[in-house]
Amino acid sequence: MNLTNYTDHAGEWLRGSGPHSDIVISSRVRLARNIAGFPFVKRASKRQRHEVLATCKERIVSDRLAPNILWVDLPQSPAMDRQLLVERHLISRQHANASDDAPRAVAVGADETFAIMVNEEDHLRMQVLRSGLQLSEAFDQINRIDDILEDQIDYAYAKRFGYLTACPTNVGTGLRVSVMLHLPALKITGEIDKVRRAARDMHLAVRGLFGEGSEAHGDLYQISNQTTLGKSEEEVLADFQNTIVPQIIAYEQQARQALMRHREAEFDDKLWRAWAILTHARVMGGEEVLSLLSHLRLAVNLGRVNRTDIRTINELFLLTQSAHLQKISGCEMDAPTRRAARARLLRQRLAGGDRS
Amino acid sequence: MKRKCDRCARPATHHSVEINQGQKIEKHLCDQHASEEGLAIKSINTPINELLTNFVKIHSSDEPERRTTGGACENCGLTFAQFRKDSLLGCPDCYKAFEEPLSNLLERAHEGGTHHIGKVPRRAGAGEQRQAMLMRMRKQLNAAVVGEDYELAARLRDDINRFEEETT
Repeated sequence: MNLTNYTDHAGEWLRGSGPHSDIVISSRVRLARNIAGFPFVKRASKRQRHEVLATCKERIVSDRLAPNILWVDLPQSPAMDRQLLVERHLISRQHANASDDAPRAVAVGADETFAIMVNEEDHLRMQVLRSGLQLSEAFDQINRIDDILEDQIDYAYAKRFGYLTACPTNVGTGLRVSVMLHLPALKITGEIDKVRRAARDMHLAVRGLFGEGSEAHGDLYQISNQTTLGKSEEEVLADFQNTIVPQIIAYEQQARQALMRHREAEFDDKLWRAWAILTHARVMGGEEVLSLLSHLRLAVNLGRVNRTDIRTINELFLLTQSAHLQKISGCEMDAPTRRAARARLLRQRLAGGDRS
Repeated sequence: MKRKCDRCARPATHHSVEINQGQKIEKHLCDQHASEEGLAIKSINTPINELLTNFVKIHSSDEPERRTTGGACENCGLTFAQFRKDSLLGCPDCYKAFEEPLSNLLERAHEGGTHHIGKVPRRAGAGEQRQAMLMRMRKQLNAAVVGEDYELAARLRDDINRFEEETT
């Protein structure tokens, strides 16, 4: 297993399967943990960070956790590989772009459902990422991984504050739950601002495709909890599973129905134009592709366009990103060459797809 | 140009577009009129980053010297002033060293949460497991009482008593 195997397919989380996968792209849970007796990453000396890295590597890359774990030492990796990992949501931008000699790594499970960043903001940042609304499954998996590691590592923990983290906004459970939602109809109708406000009032964060500070290109929104102290893991999960996500799903569905009822011709036109451009363009920008794929995804979900499928579209969200395009082509490309390669890839993957 | 509120001269901060029977109705309102309209709930929760920044500002202006000269974490040497810069603590002991100034911040950042309720590492020992379990049960009990579910509350109270007997 190495990174070049990553370029011809997407991870499990983009498979387009799982409950409510028409609107819920993926479910993610992550735990922040630190090793007792060490300063947090930013204040640790280089030697200490190497020690943390070695300790974690030994325990992570053992068959107890899972077979065939891919371990990537990031300082030794080319920038393109690090970018590829960011696009696949396996590491954060911060982890990819830290100074070249900062000792840090990521361990990735064979099907990419789990990834463990070592020496990011905390010693350990572990995540499970699954397609559709599968929060309890994702939590069970991360909890098992946490139990296995905890057997061999003393975590920094205090009675009052729980799991101790570098930033006090993560202290307690260290749990961040997030769902990535595709909300094109709420965007088109302008209702999305209400979702943002409601989320804010419920103490939830709303971010774009690539997390902190990123725009919601492709109408993809990540909603996550911000409270980690004074709330149990189960409470946070139940809020998402039973209240937050079902409500947003229902709202998006209402908006879709309203568009079809009141603006049918205009709406259909928008969807078919997305298909037309995606299958015929010769030059395609990185942001444009996301917004067109978003409309095509909506069209397929509503049965308005049936010449491709959700899995193909989900994969294209990923494969049309810069690092993926360049990895697929096997060479570095400047921006204009990338735009042409992106259009070509789209034509290839979507062409001949007339299934009607 | 910034759009003004439909009702007054303040800048509009809430925008909504509704489609009602083919009619598009746009609304642009300021905070106050939006909450009157029911478009916005007056928010007591501020996003976390804003909160941290404000917290840092308040404390830097109120008490310029006290914490910077007085308190450094004995273990890693981090001062509270340094923490203010990037909101990152230096080591696990910082939580003890800065417990008092942190409490305030944590409470606001975590919807009033002040104590951990959740997973306890097995290695932390049975004592802590028990503490957390009790805390969780007491929180449920509290919620039941607030929600006037007295039947559930009575059951939880029995559970807590039994748990306390069993584990001591």
